[in-house]
Amino acid sequence: METDSVFLQPAGSGAGRAPEGDGGMGSVDGDAMSGNPYAGLVSHLRASWLSRKTRPMEYRVAQLEALGRFLDEKKQAVLEATAADMGKPPFEVELSETLLCKNELHETLNNLSHWMKDKHVDRPLATRLDSAFIRKEPYGVVLIIAPWNYPIYLILGPLIGAIAAGNCVIIKPSEISKNTERLVAEALPCYLDKDCFAVVTGGVQETTRLLENKFDYIFYTGSPPVGRIVMTAAAKHLTPVTLELGGKNPCYVSDTCDIPNMARRVVWGRFFNAGQTCIAPDYLLCSLEMQGKLLPALREAITEFYGPNPQESPDFGRIVGDKQFQRVRKLLCSGRVAIGGQTDEAERYIAPTILVDVQPSDPVMQEEIFGPILPIVVVANMDEAIDFINSRERPLAIYAFSSSDKVVNQVLERTSSGGFCGNDTLMHVTLTSLPFGGIGNSGLGMYHGKFTFDTFSHCRGCLKRGMGREPLNAPRYPPYSQKKFGIVQATSKVTRKDDCTLL
Amino acid sequence: MERIEKVVRQARAAFNSGRSRSLEFRIQQLKALERMVKEKEKEILAALHADLHKGGPNAYSHEILGVLAELALTMEKLPSWAAPQPVKKNLMTMRDEAYINFEPLGVVLIIGAWNYPFVLVMHPLIGAIAAGNAVVVKPSEVSENTAQLVADLLPQYLDQELYPVVTGGVPETTELLTQRFDHILYTGNTAVGKIVMAAAAKHLTPVTLELGGKSPCYIDKDCDLAVACRRITWGKYMNCGQTCIAPDYILCDPSIQSQVVENIKATLLEFYGEDVKSSPDYERIVNKRHFKRVVGLLEGQKIAHGGESDEASCFIAPTILTDVSPDSKVMEEEIFGPVLPIVTVKSVEEAIEFINRREKPLALYVFSNNKKLIKRVISETSSGGVTGNDVIMHFFLSTLPFGGVGHSGMGAYHGKHSFETFSHRRACLIKDLKMEGTNKMRYPPVSQKKVDWTKFILLKRFNRGRIGLALLALLGVVAAVMMK
Repeated sequence: METDSVFLQPAGSGAGRAPEGDGGMGSVDGDAMSGNPYAGLVSHLRASWLSRKTRPMEYRVAQLEALGRFLDEKKQAVLEATAADMGKPPFEVELSETLLCKNELHETLNNLSHWMKDKHVDRPLATRLDSAFIRKEPYGVVLIIAPWNYPIYLILGPLIGAIAAGNCVIIKPSEISKNTERLVAEALPCYLDKDCFAVVTGGVQETTRLLENKFDYIFYTGSPPVGRIVMTAAAKHLTPVTLELGGKNPCYVSDTCDIPNMARRVVWGRFFNAGQTCIAPDYLLCSLEMQGKLLPALREAITEFYGPNPQESPDFGRIVGDKQFQRVRKLLCSGRVAIGGQTDEAERYIAPTILVDVQPSDPVMQEEIFGPILPIVVVANMDEAIDFINSRERPLAIYAFSSSDKVVNQVLERTSSGGFCGNDTLMHVTLTSLPFGGIGNSGLGMYHGKFTFDTFSHCRGCLKRGMGREPLNAPRYPPYSQKKFGIVQATSKVTRKDDCTLL
Repeated sequence: MERIEKVVRQARAAFNSGRSRSLEFRIQQLKALERMVKEKEKEILAALHADLHKGGPNAYSHEILGVLAELALTMEKLPSWAAPQPVKKNLMTMRDEAYINFEPLGVVLIIGAWNYPFVLVMHPLIGAIAAGNAVVVKPSEVSENTAQLVADLLPQYLDQELYPVVTGGVPETTELLTQRFDHILYTGNTAVGKIVMAAAAKHLTPVTLELGGKSPCYIDKDCDLAVACRRITWGKYMNCGQTCIAPDYILCDPSIQSQVVENIKATLLEFYGEDVKSSPDYERIVNKRHFKRVVGLLEGQKIAHGGESDEASCFIAPTILTDVSPDSKVMEEEIFGPVLPIVTVKSVEEAIEFINRREKPLALYVFSNNKKLIKRVISETSSGGVTGNDVIMHFFLSTLPFGGVGHSGMGAYHGKHSFETFSHRRACLIKDLKMEGTNKMRYPPVSQKKVDWTKFILLKRFNRGRIGLALLALLGVVAAVMMK
């Protein structure tokens, strides 16, 4: 991993050394952390957390509105930084970094007061005079570790929910997208309350040391191997986690299908951000016959989108770094290049590429591609495709294209994945009302919209009773005579309609 | 040990066969569980008595009644819980189907605890079955009679491959934890909770950890002490104090300390009589190791009541300690025994500060006639759950999520929350292969026109009104037609 091994104290983070031992809740670990370079920062945020300043809705709204201003005022800077990092086309930035963030922001601001309210719950007869509700409470000091492929969206998406839920947050952008990292480290703290929100930069070493501290929640987006490391570190402190990971997202194309439309949608989803998208269709499954019809359609769509020489298109991105470029380029050796295959190391350019004659054992089928290469694996029919999908780790997304509803539904019902999109790619991510997360190797937990707020909230079950009506409690107290037992049984009789109660 | 690997492998094969997925199958299994609980009531009560000296009525109320209620609720609500949930769509997806599908996770591991050995295995099992999973059940070996009973009974009533029981101690549990599961629900202590989560991390297995801690109980001066103390006595000494949500210690003003003691003493007399040891309603400490541990906590303490113990029968009398120092041993660990320390505090501020200096507990209790004070204590502290003016009772409301926070745990269950804990919420968007017009806006090559239309269609407005939405919808259709 490319590392920026100098630990940068984030500009203006205001993280001085907090008073020792004043860690507040769970300061039991404080002493062990005194050698840790981030202990002071975490302590400082924890002290702010204990001061309760992040609790009032007005505070949270103010911070969120400041994030909105960051998005507006730093738009040009974001465009330049992401262009420098991975040649991200401006329209892609507009769509995937700005617009999606704004949607989350507006959804959150529109609904925050409603989300924050105590949720009253149904009570059975005996407790009907009591007050029972679920209260959403912030966890405390949370850590968000973001990846490099959508460096703004994958910070702000979780951050919006973490702030909305009332937490203090440490943000750890990826060192691989180094221009965006610098932008976030320098600019973001200027918009947010420095006592409650901080940005930490650095590579593997710094992240490892950061993870030694106790957080009250950790949100990680990245790869399964590092996900394991994060969860193991979290286990030491019993810190709950959300892990947004990845995998190989299969895309099944049935024999009955509107080919030009399907080809466009697949090409768009695969080559967006030069293939560096966790929910990109990773490989295609179709019959040999279908492959024959597909190839010209895919070629046409690629040309329609990027012109005859995609390297010259302003709408096609680049690979983020040299190491990643080498990794993806190696995968071109699998099968046979049917379309594309050109590379330019100086620019970290890999052409939009389709591979055919790919065997399941080929290198391109062993790891998440995360590049602009789409292998086609031939299967005899839908059943074989489903078996193929089910014999592998559960992916973040599954795609199925067919003019037949039945086929789409079959694939949906007989497989398991984080999310599913029929007859398109990527689009399920644009709906903030749908939960976004993985299963198995592709992750645990979910977010987007209200789900982010819920992810960063502890649901506290609360029951408030009155001091009166004590005689009603009598049957629950010892001594238990047979008579009393009879009363308990009779009055707590379980019917299908009412919940049982212990009086 | 090979047996464990085989059992898990069989459960996974059984899950992959798909038979646990239909609602009919799940309800059939739940019905069988219900039959089991009703038909084997005597055996269950006998096992509980053998393990914890728990009297029939107590055992029935605490372990059987709750399970029957959970079963009834689950069977009734399952169709509605499991139904796909349509979600709000945006302009771009207006004509599409968008919904959340609740799906089973796969093979779930449930590790039970010894203090309520039946209910703490059954409640999670009910939720896991309802969600369509295969379940490996590992009851606690410390409550050995109930563990054996569960191992004998479940295969008689349930699908044997889908829901195996694994018995044994630390070596068996360690072996189990090396296997891959799709969710692990563990009930027990913090130290083992960390081990379970670390093992789960190797397989990226999500976990629900129901742990413990010291659940504080604040008694305000403005309070009906007789009622408060009766309720606290009930919750503290039930199951001989071995309840994860028992009020662990009391915080109160020094001026009411002796009254609190007197009231609890009076209630104890009422509940268990003069000779507590001979009351059929008073339980025992589960084993010698815990007996010694709890008795050790009394060292150097001011015993206001009780303190007697008998190792041979693992009996410890209901005990109250006064003027307890916050630094003493009894205030360090979860007591899990019939010993109630009282720590005096001069104000509610001091109580809140005291609570917040410590790990977040599983439960928090506050007694007061002053509603504002109760509100304040709740909002200025954090805990898994809360009951105001009573103890334990939030556990019995299945509409409330039951779980901890921080060191007292993560995740929650009971009722619908169990179903959700053991389900995967799969986001589903089904589009039409036609209507390509609207999609053209997102494809390269990009023009300013495209950018503007895309923002228009996709950007959520701040405080968009209903009328605005309809207008946008109309304009969106116009745009789509124009783009074609």
